[in-house]
Amino acid sequence: MNSGLLGYLVVLGVTLGGVGLFTAAMVVRRVLAPRAPSGAKLATYESGVDPSGGDWQQSGFRYVAYAFLYVVFAVDAVYLFPWALVLRTSGLGIASVVEMGIFILVLLVGLAHAARRGVLSWL
Amino acid sequence: MSTSARELTVGMGAGGLATSDMVLNIGPQHPATHGVLRLRITLDGERITKCEPIVGYMHRGAEKLFEVRDYRQILVLANRHDWLSAFSSEIGVCLAVERALGMEVPERATWTRTLLSELNRVLNHLMFLGSYPLELGAITPMFYVFREREELQAVMEEIAGGRLHYMFNRIGGLRDDIPAGWLDRAAEAVATVRRRMPEIESFIVGNPILNARTKGVGVITPAMVEQYGISGPIARAAGVDVDLRRDDPYLAYGELFSPGGPGRVITRPEGDSLARLEVLLDQTHVSLDLADACIEKLRSLPQGPVNVKLPKVLKVPEGSGYAATENPLGFNGYYLVSRGEKTPWRLKLRSASFNNMSCLGEVMEGELLADMVAILGSMFFVVGDIDK
Amino acid sequence: MSVLEIVLRSVAVLVCFMVLPLVLGQAEHKVMAHMQGRLGPMKAGGFHGWAQLIADGVKFAQKEDIVPRAADKPVFRLAPAVSMFSYLLALVAIPFTPSTVAGDLPASLVYVLAVSGIATVATLMAGFGSGNKYAMLGAFRSAAQLVSYEVPLILACASFAMAAGSLSIGGIVHAWHPIWLLWQLPGAIVLLIAATAELQRPPFDMPVADSEVVMGAMTEYTGLRFALFLLSEYAGIVVMSALFAALYLGGWNGPFDGALGFVWMLLKTAAVAFVVLWVRMSWPRLREDQLQRFAWFFLVPLALFQLALTAAGVIYTA
Repeated sequence: MNSGLLGYLVVLGVTLGGVGLFTAAMVVRRVLAPRAPSGAKLATYESGVDPSGGDWQQSGFRYVAYAFLYVVFAVDAVYLFPWALVLRTSGLGIASVVEMGIFILVLLVGLAHAARRGVLSWL
Repeated sequence: MSTSARELTVGMGAGGLATSDMVLNIGPQHPATHGVLRLRITLDGERITKCEPIVGYMHRGAEKLFEVRDYRQILVLANRHDWLSAFSSEIGVCLAVERALGMEVPERATWTRTLLSELNRVLNHLMFLGSYPLELGAITPMFYVFREREELQAVMEEIAGGRLHYMFNRIGGLRDDIPAGWLDRAAEAVATVRRRMPEIESFIVGNPILNARTKGVGVITPAMVEQYGISGPIARAAGVDVDLRRDDPYLAYGELFSPGGPGRVITRPEGDSLARLEVLLDQTHVSLDLADACIEKLRSLPQGPVNVKLPKVLKVPEGSGYAATENPLGFNGYYLVSRGEKTPWRLKLRSASFNNMSCLGEVMEGELLADMVAILGSMFFVVGDIDK
Repeated sequence: MSVLEIVLRSVAVLVCFMVLPLVLGQAEHKVMAHMQGRLGPMKAGGFHGWAQLIADGVKFAQKEDIVPRAADKPVFRLAPAVSMFSYLLALVAIPFTPSTVAGDLPASLVYVLAVSGIATVATLMAGFGSGNKYAMLGAFRSAAQLVSYEVPLILACASFAMAAGSLSIGGIVHAWHPIWLLWQLPGAIVLLIAATAELQRPPFDMPVADSEVVMGAMTEYTGLRFALFLLSEYAGIVVMSALFAALYLGGWNGPFDGALGFVWMLLKTAAVAFVVLWVRMSWPRLREDQLQRFAWFFLVPLALFQLALTAAGVIYTA
């Protein structure tokens, strides 16, 4: 367990190293890259014509239904991992598999219902 | 953006959020438009609610330039608007002028013209067979078709000296006779391309992703074909059985498309992007067969002149006439009005891509942005042919 | 573990992060070229253009750094760094031999899945920070993609964890047995497809589809910032290939794995990476909604089937 926590020290080390790497890259860029900003260069690219419309627009985000499904199944996964981990060693046996099956089946019924209602087709 | 009050309803399914539409320019400088075509698209999410093609970024005033060139010079211009069908476009001008002059073109020249037209068609179709998958994200077919194109380009270059703008036609015939041994090399190139076609097809035919992207996407109906004057492979993919090579024979097509001849008109009933691609693929095979038939015929023809001696100043008698050819992309017509001068008074160019493109607004409506490229690529256009 | 050791391990990870993606990128250049009847880079560095990507890097460094006027500047500037961190941190937990792993984390599988998700955050930052419509559409798409591949990915990984009874990648490799090649096959298929989708590689490269949204979230980037996105993309291929090699192909397991374990792991990773590259050369891309339907109607059921299969196997052998 101790060695496991020590592993995170390497993660910390790599994080610091990564910050250093990014900083170094940006310094190199500062030194090597030319700088000659102009109006046309700083304009937003829209296929070579002036961008139409303002900076802020409200637009349809069409993946809401999928996002809901995603949240549901991701939460499911949270329960799944601990169970998956101890299934072999703890002797939970067949009963736990059936219980997990029922749990997932409920989700699947929900998925089937969503599909039947046409939520999963592109709006 | 308007700041007017918006109705806001949150919900799943068909209700959704009331949002303002986003106007997005695709082109003139965009990787999808292979040229300088511009589409002004109004998007609701990724759904296209309106699409407006804006053309003219490449307008070179071809028709006006025709009016100040003599007929020999016009040929140089005429093969430039559609740079993938240069030879076929030259033919149109020649036919218009020759018909106005009542000129008889030697048979040898006619068959050579037919052969080169078909090779040009294969070159054109191969290009689109490669570029269409490329727009859908498959990079490799492009390199395969360019290998095949290279085979044909080599024989075209040998006979004409050019690889893209052949400038091999003259009023009344061709510039030169066929070089010694060229027919054998052309036959070999055609055979090579035919042998390797399955390699290209293996990328395109039956690929589940390609089918999913193109089936039922961008459907063009026969009514739209008539409405917009769509022609060529796009019209035939919509089930409209029209091909000038058979319906209004020019060059040697009358014989090639006669019963029992190698000529076939390929049609598909579906009208979607997949059908357009399949028509192109099948037409390539037909054109290879036609090229073979032309080569055989040319072998049997006796040596003889390939052009007509022209006067120093070529004047077309007063009058008007229309000559249309079945270019690789569709009808390509020249309406020639002459006042008896050495230049035409007016030479109207009817190009295939311009008409074919005009239906985009209707076809795109209601499709997804991702399908935009699937449709655009399957419309097989050359921007120069649109803008002239 | 001394401070020196930690520093050495961190440096080793950074070196891997800098080198492996370049090797992979060069391999892609060459593999792609030869599949398409070309030679690929031949000049840079002399021998078969081996230094092409180094030359590219030098060139990227000399390119002007443009931050568009309409961009949300701090977000725009920071996005490449965030994208870099995801797979850089994931690399820490990839084991090459039983003892060769930079940081031995107790639940490294969950850790790798978690940090690799950061890449999508970076894409969203870049997309929304650019103030560009193509970039925003690309970011939308990559968010949509996330919700479709992440569930199958997690479920497939859960199956491997269940089969081994361990959440550590090293532990899973220890528990690996050749029978897994058959037993875990459906899960492996799901894992490979979902990993390709996470990496936004063809046929799932809709978020960066050049013919539709130009370059997606990266449209407005130039120079080194753009290069960092590319670097992290290829690092992602390395990490995901290594993950697949470890979970399904048994990592360092192989003949003489006492001495050659390292080689086996690298070979297996290279083989998986080759498949990822190969797919790019052969297939067109799907549409975002097609991926979502594919994920929810094929991958998720298949992954659940695999879970049931694994549970049955575990109960049977326990």
